[in-house]
Amino acid sequence: MEKELLEHGLNMNRRKFLSRMSLGLGGIALGSLMIPELFSGNGEEMIMAGLPHFAPKAKRVIYLFQNGAPSQLDLFDYKPKLREMQGQDLPASIRMGQRLTGMTSNQKTFPLAGSKFAFQQYGAHGMWLSELLPHTAKIADDLCFIRTMYTEAINHDPALTFFQTGAQVGNRPSMGAWLSYGLGSENKNLPAFCVLLSKGKGNSQGVYSKLWTNGFLDSVHQGVQFSNGENPVLYLNNPDAIDKADRRRMLDRLASLNEESFQTFGDPEIKAKIQQYEMAYRMQTAIPEVTDVSKEPEGIIKLYGPDCLVPGTYAANCLLARKLSESGVRFVQLYHQGWDAHDNLPSQIVGQCIDTDQASAALITDLKQRGLLDETLVIWGGEFGRTNFCQGVLTPDNYGRDHHPRCFTIWMAGGGIKPGVYGETDEFGYNIASNPVHVHDFHATALHLMGLDHEKLVYKHLGRRYRLTDVSGKIVQGILG
Amino acid sequence: MPKIKFLAFFAAFFIAFSLWIACSKSKNSEHTDIPDKISYNFHVRPILSDKCFTCHGPDKNKLKAGLRLDQAESAYAACQETKGAYTIVPGKPESSELMKRVTSQNVDYLMPAPESHLDRLTEREVKILERWIKQGAVYEKHWALLSPLKSELPKVKDPQWPKNEIDYFVLAKMTEKGLEPNIEAQKEHLLKRVSIDLTGLLPTEAEIDDFMADNSEHAYEKVVQRLLNTPQYGEKMSLYWLDIARFSDSYGYQDDNIRSQWPYRDWVIHAFNDNMPYDQFVTWQLAGDLLPNASKEQILATAFLRNHKYTEEGGVIPEEYRVEYALDKVKTYAKGMLALSVECAQCHDHKYDPISQKDYYQLFSFFNTSKEVGFEGDVSASKPAKTPVLTLTDPEVKSILRFINKRDTSPVMVSVMGELDTPRITYILNRGAYDKHGEVVKPAALSAVLPFDTTRFQRNRLGLAQWTVTKENPITARVFVNQMWQEFFGTGLVKTTGDFGMQGNLPSHPELLDWLAVDLMEHNWDIKRLVKQIVMSATYRQSSEIKEQHLSMDPDNVYLSRSSRMRLKAEFIRDIVLETSQLLVKEIGGPSVKPYQPKGLWEGATSGRGLLKTYEQDNDSALYRRGMYTFIKLTQPPPSMVVFDASNRDQCQVKRSRTNTPLQAFIMMNDPTVLEASRVLAQHLLLDQKTIEEKIAQAFRIIICRKVSTKEMAILTGYYSEQLQLFREKKLNALKTLTIGDSPINKTLNLDESAALMKVVNTIYNMEEAITRS
Repeated sequence: MEKELLEHGLNMNRRKFLSRMSLGLGGIALGSLMIPELFSGNGEEMIMAGLPHFAPKAKRVIYLFQNGAPSQLDLFDYKPKLREMQGQDLPASIRMGQRLTGMTSNQKTFPLAGSKFAFQQYGAHGMWLSELLPHTAKIADDLCFIRTMYTEAINHDPALTFFQTGAQVGNRPSMGAWLSYGLGSENKNLPAFCVLLSKGKGNSQGVYSKLWTNGFLDSVHQGVQFSNGENPVLYLNNPDAIDKADRRRMLDRLASLNEESFQTFGDPEIKAKIQQYEMAYRMQTAIPEVTDVSKEPEGIIKLYGPDCLVPGTYAANCLLARKLSESGVRFVQLYHQGWDAHDNLPSQIVGQCIDTDQASAALITDLKQRGLLDETLVIWGGEFGRTNFCQGVLTPDNYGRDHHPRCFTIWMAGGGIKPGVYGETDEFGYNIASNPVHVHDFHATALHLMGLDHEKLVYKHLGRRYRLTDVSGKIVQGILG
Repeated sequence: MPKIKFLAFFAAFFIAFSLWIACSKSKNSEHTDIPDKISYNFHVRPILSDKCFTCHGPDKNKLKAGLRLDQAESAYAACQETKGAYTIVPGKPESSELMKRVTSQNVDYLMPAPESHLDRLTEREVKILERWIKQGAVYEKHWALLSPLKSELPKVKDPQWPKNEIDYFVLAKMTEKGLEPNIEAQKEHLLKRVSIDLTGLLPTEAEIDDFMADNSEHAYEKVVQRLLNTPQYGEKMSLYWLDIARFSDSYGYQDDNIRSQWPYRDWVIHAFNDNMPYDQFVTWQLAGDLLPNASKEQILATAFLRNHKYTEEGGVIPEEYRVEYALDKVKTYAKGMLALSVECAQCHDHKYDPISQKDYYQLFSFFNTSKEVGFEGDVSASKPAKTPVLTLTDPEVKSILRFINKRDTSPVMVSVMGELDTPRITYILNRGAYDKHGEVVKPAALSAVLPFDTTRFQRNRLGLAQWTVTKENPITARVFVNQMWQEFFGTGLVKTTGDFGMQGNLPSHPELLDWLAVDLMEHNWDIKRLVKQIVMSATYRQSSEIKEQHLSMDPDNVYLSRSSRMRLKAEFIRDIVLETSQLLVKEIGGPSVKPYQPKGLWEGATSGRGLLKTYEQDNDSALYRRGMYTFIKLTQPPPSMVVFDASNRDQCQVKRSRTNTPLQAFIMMNDPTVLEASRVLAQHLLLDQKTIEEKIAQAFRIIICRKVSTKEMAILTGYYSEQLQLFREKKLNALKTLTIGDSPINKTLNLDESAALMKVVNTIYNMEEAITRS
């Protein structure tokens, strides 16, 4: 009983510690001052079981979100049948009355549009990939392609929100926030959850801070959005006129002043404040170090491509993601906008692939050569797929595709993932033929790889125990190594 | 390397923790002490609700073994699956199947069943159930559903201490827990506290002087009365309500274009300043448009229900979103005004509270008959308001709606409520899906709270509003009183401000909550009166000093034996920085403004469409407005605010967290707003013919609102001398230091002294006390 209590307390404490004091502050005395709170009743917070729940396969996640929904039919899911039947109407027996977005629901016909791009098989598993992904093709043996992802949402906002938070609406915590909450940070000088944004030339859909929200979790679990300017983190850098030594002078005085307040009020929060300023001071060194790519060797720059030296590009973000992850950031979330090709898909997708193919592959190669791929889970994918029929007018060399939630392809690689090809769609690429993977299943699997049981990673809020996977989700055993 | 550090860290932690456990063993055994008289509501139901109701509660679809533990009838009946057994035999725990199940060592027999992922009952929980059954296993209605009663004031051991009724309840509870009240706070601390709590601003130096000099009996009351009458009172009170009302300046979703709901914000400020009774405040917001001969002001109030997000994403299915907007209204109403989380019943009968899916859709149907449509075109056709729209013309604003701070002569549009001529039919939506119609339902409020008597209440929003604020409604006044308590004490009497249901916390002082609720209703829902009662109480006026007894016996200050220290809300941090540097523009209301913000935040996340794709910073006085007027773009809310736990306004929010993070330090040290204020205040001080010590002492008093101590003075003057020397020796660059913000630098003053004093002022702004109410 006592042991149980002790373990319980430790777990509680660790969680509470991480959550209250955020990016992991190293003050034992302070921690013990906070312990009595842990038994303060049946509040909202007292839920966690031991964490992680079992030995993790991966320690960190890098999620390369392709915002706007890339066309699986032009990249991954090879369907010669569509070419054969080019321009013919999608058979009703295949469509089965599925709902359409408002953009195509008024179309009189649904002319099938085969991909313009050539496909070829690559790697030991014979994965079909289009000519748009030459770099991905080279590392195909490291990737697991899931061709049978599906979602319930048909529009960007709910679909993105679903992938990031496990619910289409609402202000639920995002995946990164859940992992920060459950596992904390490995590096106390860096945020546990970092967000990097970039944009291609294709038709864009916005990204929103609710995608990296902490929801009802403490706000310390919120993703920290890095920006491309001088200050990667909001007001991280001192003004030009203040150097490090001068900041130190100020902080020493500030600490003494705060000590005086502590003498008056006896409030442990004041001690915590002093520690937070010390941590801020350390972050002012740690973050510029990790975001500085100038010391990367030429081979690395070559690997990711010249864009990686241009801040704010996808390539630069992939390189930064590697550096952050390598430094112990639990969850690095990238978003790359521009995949929403309702028209002129063939030209838009070429540009998107030029921006992303090399750097995505480089990230895998780079992690692998550093021996980090085994402990890092890398995910590449969008919020849904695109239709096999043309939106708008189909011409011999141009087409557009609408949103298609019923099947699409993502890939995963690294810690605990078995490379290969998972799931099959029908010959029209419209429905799933075998091994469907729902968004909740995807989340359950990702958490599993991180050593977390998705049914146990819960947070009690307003009377209900919430999970990333809501009330469902099955681990996809077929992709586990 | 990091691994080793990590391990060492936890090892040290483990030791610290073990020591603590050892020291507090006696306290833990206390936990197993159980009350002599077991209350179903206060002792038993929390256990059953948490561990049993998932499968044995109100949700018919998840019911196992036909057993409901939330109802006596079912719990006393013969078990359906275990022959000859009875779940609960009143008076006989040993014969009750319940006791056998929860104590079993056999996992196939044990409850909660392992597949439920719920922990087994603790020893204490088991003992409580046992004693309760022994005492007759008497069920009670949930506390929040019983009508509040004004009980007699409890007897207290020190009758000198109470200043009003609140204090009797608080002191009695404190004594019961073995705690003593703190002494009254020092006058300077008290003045700062009450000024922040009533206006979100600090007292001026003159106000401090006046109060310190006033030794009359009513000195404090005079201050309270003055503050209640300032227009900043309305601003301060509005902020929490704007979180509930999820007020923002954009539509959210994909392209997140601009909208003009701000006249609603101006109305809320006006309503608080006008001391509109709470019942009227609620009625107008829920159903102003349905009042006889509704005025434009009454219709404007219904914007409360229209502050939800609105999609402009091409290709959406309009009905899906129209339903979504109605669901959001239900959530906002239920959470903000009834403190009930009803969303669960959107898809299935509520598992814990007596709210069925049918109840939910009956409630939903009140909000389902407005003229709204789900989609009015994509962002290229965007308008500043969505149907139904209230247009406020210039003459109206200049005559009857003078509280609206309109900048020009053009009319302003606001999204409001308005009913269809033929009400839309409402169906139960199976699994909450907009297109899965089930049974047809009619409007009715939650019968578990109070039956919806259609001879008294019409089946429309006005009927719902009247049902909400009728004095027989057991919950509305309690919820509001609790929200107010949270505003002034940091935590509600019911800690779960948004959940008065069975899974929520129980009230820490149930009799006080009820007394205040009934008293509020007896006095015509007078908000200022309630607020005054709270801040006049001895409970409120205590010192916030934390002593050993507090940390060991009541670290969370549940029993209020001291004043709680709280970090200020994000908006008020900005306000006091601007106020103390005399930069603050105390204008009330108007279109939201765009102060300094780092470049690229909006640009990096936009779809590239709409009027908010780039952040166009305002100039001049618009840079120095209070935090509550900063433009809220839903997909990129003001970053400095979010770091200090401001609501992102995505959904109705009744409580903010108060975190303490390094990201907050960056803002106080480097945000141009704070740096500019530091410079401006420093230069103001330099204009006076005083010694540098006097100037520093004055800066300290302006920002911290108390006299600087000798030791603090030594630290600050030491810092000043050092900085001055560095500037004089050109080791630091004074002009560069001073060059921040749009306001002009006074170059007639000595720049080295200006810069050195600016650094001192900035250090004071960074003190924990500067942004803490204590």
